[in-house]
Amino acid sequence: MRAIISVVGKDRPGIMALVSTECAKRNVNIVDISQTVLQELFTMIMITELDKNGDEFKEFVDYMKVMGEKEGLSINVMHEDIFNAMHKI
Amino acid sequence: MINKNDILETIKMIEEQNLDIRTITMGISLLDCADTDIDKACDKVYEKIVRYARDLVKVGNDISKEYGIPIINKRISVTPISLLQSVSGGDCVKYAVALDKAAKKVGVDFIGGYSALVQKGITKGEKELIESIPKALSVTDIVCSSVNIGSTKAGINMDAVKKMGEVIVETANLTKDRACIGATKLVVFCNAVEDNPFMAGAFHGISEPEVVLNVGVSGPNVVRNAIKDAGKDKSMNELAEIIKKTAFKITRMGQLVGSIASERLNVPFGIVDLSLAPTPAVGDSVAYILEEMGLEKCGGPGSTACLAMLNDAVKKGGVMASSSVGGLSGAFIPVSEDAGMIEAVNAGSLNLEKLEAMTAVCSVGLDMIVVPGDTSSETISGIIADEAAIGMVNNKTTAVRIIPAIDQKGDVLEFGGLLGTGPIMNVSKFSCSDMINRGGKIPAPMQSLKN
Repeated sequence: MRAIISVVGKDRPGIMALVSTECAKRNVNIVDISQTVLQELFTMIMITELDKNGDEFKEFVDYMKVMGEKEGLSINVMHEDIFNAMHKI
Repeated sequence: MINKNDILETIKMIEEQNLDIRTITMGISLLDCADTDIDKACDKVYEKIVRYARDLVKVGNDISKEYGIPIINKRISVTPISLLQSVSGGDCVKYAVALDKAAKKVGVDFIGGYSALVQKGITKGEKELIESIPKALSVTDIVCSSVNIGSTKAGINMDAVKKMGEVIVETANLTKDRACIGATKLVVFCNAVEDNPFMAGAFHGISEPEVVLNVGVSGPNVVRNAIKDAGKDKSMNELAEIIKKTAFKITRMGQLVGSIASERLNVPFGIVDLSLAPTPAVGDSVAYILEEMGLEKCGGPGSTACLAMLNDAVKKGGVMASSSVGGLSGAFIPVSEDAGMIEAVNAGSLNLEKLEAMTAVCSVGLDMIVVPGDTSSETISGIIADEAAIGMVNNKTTAVRIIPAIDQKGDVLEFGGLLGTGPIMNVSKFSCSDMINRGGKIPAPMQSLKN
């Protein structure tokens, strides 16, 4: 399955490294990435591929959220289908 | 490749603008639970609901987490219980208790279907059910009841209208120690729909399949923000386009969630109900949408026109987004559940009469309205009859969910949760009791003769 990881927070060195390291540790493959900094606000969208069943995926969602909060970042992991449904006809 | 801005827009809608799936509602047919022995029938009802809906809450929560979309309520609707009562006779409240127990066992928020359809006439079982409603709603917590008293095809059953005025007063009276909460779970309909996923009016109509999953979407705050972002220089038709596009996105999400849930539960997918349903959460208000369009306060001049456009644009946007649209599908304007409506009542811009006019152009009717505790049952029946007449003549669903604040102190009733806080609204002091006491029927209008 594919999941979208969005990261938003105050910019500082190492955010991308932090998130991609966590992805690597958990065998989550990054297939596309886009990142900008706008008025000190760091915004990153990652499209990732992962081989996780329901429970593993939920655990990953929770883990990334909690890890983000500790680092002062808002990290959302969401199934790709939701964006396809909403924005593609 | 999904556009980055689209991704951020979706996340913003969910995180900041209260976008959610309001409810996934499982409709379960109880026709095969009918039994001449009421205790046996109740056992069958309990067993069947628990068997079918066992995983409903878990699946809802799983989807919520995996897709990042909050699913606020999980609910069950069942076959109108009056049909079972007609077979079994006996103390109808037993069915309500069985429903309550089964719903609590599977962990849903509400169960609807303690209902009767009496637009053309009342059977023995329906009469027994209607008479048992006050007690049934006072001894249960999450059972919802509805009675259909009129339709375009059949006219309005004025005997039932009179009876329902009394039932509402009695229901409020029996729960006056709990802010008259019984009456918040009782809806009187004209042209009730059989696949409505929203409470308190949901029931599983007799033309529905064995089991089905219906979805109600929401998102008033998303629509409001879209209008706000468009700015003040946009014309009304440009606003309509913006609302359509927003409704499309919201509905697509409902369609996705509904189809995933039905697949996981192995239950056929029914419909998406395209309703803008407000919640007491700050900003999640239909009144604020109207105000964003340019009204100083909801209820003032222009309100009905704005609401008509909103209601229509939501449908136009939603229809293409879903393979099957149904239920009530329109904007809801409940008072106690909508922060903007409450403010409008308190500011004096919104009254019962204006609300009645607004219900002619949206779903669903006079909803969650608190009236003074000394309002007579005949006056409540008169309000029901007026609202039913609007529904009957305009071929649309209308409903009345009205709460007489019997023996309550202060100017508001606090229901808590999604039911919100209802300010007591003024009711006309002029009597309609002679008219209500005539009883009988209002014949079906010319609109019914289409063949």
